[in-house]
Amino acid sequence: MAKTIIKVRGIGKKFEIKGGTDVSYYFRDTFDEIIKHPLRFVKNKIKRGKKQDFWALKDVNFSVRQGEILGIIGENGSGKSTLLKILSRITPPTEGAIKIAGRVASLLEVGTGFNPELTGRENVFVNGAILGMKKSEIKEKFDEIVDFSGEKIKTFIDTPVKRYSSGMHVRLAFAVAVNLNPDILLLDEVLAVGDINFRKKSLKKMEEVSLKSGRTVLFVSHDLGAVVRLCNKCILLEKGRVIASGSPKDVVEKYTPTQTKSSIEGIIFKQKKDLSKKVNLRKIFINPQKSNRSSIFSYDKDLVIRLIYEINEPIKDCHVWIEIQNTGGEAIFLTVDTDLRPELKRERKKGMYKTDLKIPKNWLNSGEYGLTAGIERVYFHRKETFDRIDTGGFRIIDSKDAPGGLIKGTPRLGVLKPLLNWETKKIK
Amino acid sequence: MKRKNKKKHIMVIKPPGKGWEGIDLNELWRFRELIWVFIVRDIKVRYKQTLIGIVWAFIRPITTVVIFNFIFGRLAQIPSEGIPYPLFSLIGVSLWTYFTNSLNNTGNSLIGGAGLINKVYFPRLILPISSAATPLLDLGISLVIMAGFMIYYKITPQLTGIILMPLLTFIVFLSASGLGFIVASLNIKYRDLRHALSFFIQLMMYATPVIYPSELLRGRFYWVMNLNPMAGVIEAARAGLLGNKPISWGLLFSACVVSVLVFLIGAFRFKKTERYFADII
Repeated sequence: MAKTIIKVRGIGKKFEIKGGTDVSYYFRDTFDEIIKHPLRFVKNKIKRGKKQDFWALKDVNFSVRQGEILGIIGENGSGKSTLLKILSRITPPTEGAIKIAGRVASLLEVGTGFNPELTGRENVFVNGAILGMKKSEIKEKFDEIVDFSGEKIKTFIDTPVKRYSSGMHVRLAFAVAVNLNPDILLLDEVLAVGDINFRKKSLKKMEEVSLKSGRTVLFVSHDLGAVVRLCNKCILLEKGRVIASGSPKDVVEKYTPTQTKSSIEGIIFKQKKDLSKKVNLRKIFINPQKSNRSSIFSYDKDLVIRLIYEINEPIKDCHVWIEIQNTGGEAIFLTVDTDLRPELKRERKKGMYKTDLKIPKNWLNSGEYGLTAGIERVYFHRKETFDRIDTGGFRIIDSKDAPGGLIKGTPRLGVLKPLLNWETKKIK
Repeated sequence: MKRKNKKKHIMVIKPPGKGWEGIDLNELWRFRELIWVFIVRDIKVRYKQTLIGIVWAFIRPITTVVIFNFIFGRLAQIPSEGIPYPLFSLIGVSLWTYFTNSLNNTGNSLIGGAGLINKVYFPRLILPISSAATPLLDLGISLVIMAGFMIYYKITPQLTGIILMPLLTFIVFLSASGLGFIVASLNIKYRDLRHALSFFIQLMMYATPVIYPSELLRGRFYWVMNLNPMAGVIEAARAGLLGNKPISWGLLFSACVVSVLVFLIGAFRFKKTERYFADII
């Protein structure tokens, strides 16, 4: 069995939140405050005396063996990034201890330390040095880095990086970090930026890195699919505590982002906004017939998305659309209610409307999806959007007999997982 | 497997202790290349997208000396101990400029490097140290100009002065970076310091024999000069290079002592707050 390379024992991180609304760093502000609101100032001062403790992390324990890929998941604010920051020694823990055997490289943000004025080549050396590499090591790896980041970067390697697209930025930064052979690689959501091809390449590279050279990767992500696919261990953080750990598949099952939880309770959007627009999208439901609403739906059940909208004056040529996105925010498809019923393009009269869209069962793969809906019209070649809503999205989980990956226990690749008819005959 | 041969770093991350923490010189040594990388980066960035590039480094000291010569040499008739005033002030200005650039750079180095501090670990001392070293380039250029002046005025520099120069530079480096460490670590919490600093530097210049000889200050409070390492350095540089008067070794010695003290206090002060930088920056 591979030896333990990271041992985290009882880690906690406390921040002090000051009472009172403002924190002034400048004497000038304080002075202003004293003159203008002497009472409030005194009140705040007293309040500030009682500092509130906020534990971003509390009693976190886990260990990672050499060559493992550990996924860290949890909602925003659950302490994932703080944990990585402590592991990479950027910020100290308040209690507990961590023992790490090996050299750590962290990529908490894409292009950390990239100087916009310097060329790609110069930045590779600067960035490598910041990650603790020797110049000779970087030189040795330079071609590999450039090859990995792709053709485009090769051409622009002597151009200042301020002329790079954000995609190119990511490629180069990631290439530096993974190719510089750290023993332990800490990654925070960096892969959310690049395009699909590069993301694939990076995930593959991470796998390779851990399998072939026995390096350890800690990987914070919202992309549950990637976590399940890649990691061989996973921990789930909630409010600074580890509430689940073990095989990624089990841990991901336990994870239900509350953000999604709330958005499906058949929220009535628009309550605050004025309803005086021409068209108002009032509600979005998923599976409105069901009494217990949730944001999690089974793979083998149809998904009905219901929009309730209100039209305040007759409108011609308008259509309702729904777009489903993947976790990266890219559209998987967009569908329009006039696609099959062009007669709807004629005038819609004043009134309340209900539109249902059925997304067939056995179709979307398990995973998280974004959902956006809107009403617009095309008017003299110009698009006029009356209203749109970005919802918190939903999640599809596999039913019992949904097809899985080719190796038992792994998920099937792909955004879609349609059950299709194959016909196979023995012909000879 | 090549990696097997490498010796493993074992690292323990713990909450910081209460007392003073030692400076991990081993680690600093391991990251020594980073100091150089930062210096080169800063110099490169400074002259990127400029037309005349490094020539700017020549223009600044020369114009300063021309102006000083006019105002202080001609109009104010400040005595220069028998040395042509441009040369006299150039020696003072070069060392003084190095001091102020170093101090300014160091003091603002953490704020400038906030992006890095928040995102990646390296010994934090490297940022201010390399910032303090970067303006050495300008000092070097000033020395070249100084050589030009000497040729022009047909003055041969004394050997003692040339030998002393590295030591003098080092004293300036120590005192500028030492002060800079303190400023930098306070600066991230109280940005007021940035404003106070430029003011302080300006005042300091008048208390330092940059544009006048220290002899002008002879009197009851002359001993205060001992507390100002820049006074000792500039005086020693002039006397050493030009040989017009004996070097005041006492003043130079106290400059050494003060600068080492300032550096150590600064470094430990910095070290003490360093782990929380990412939390407050």
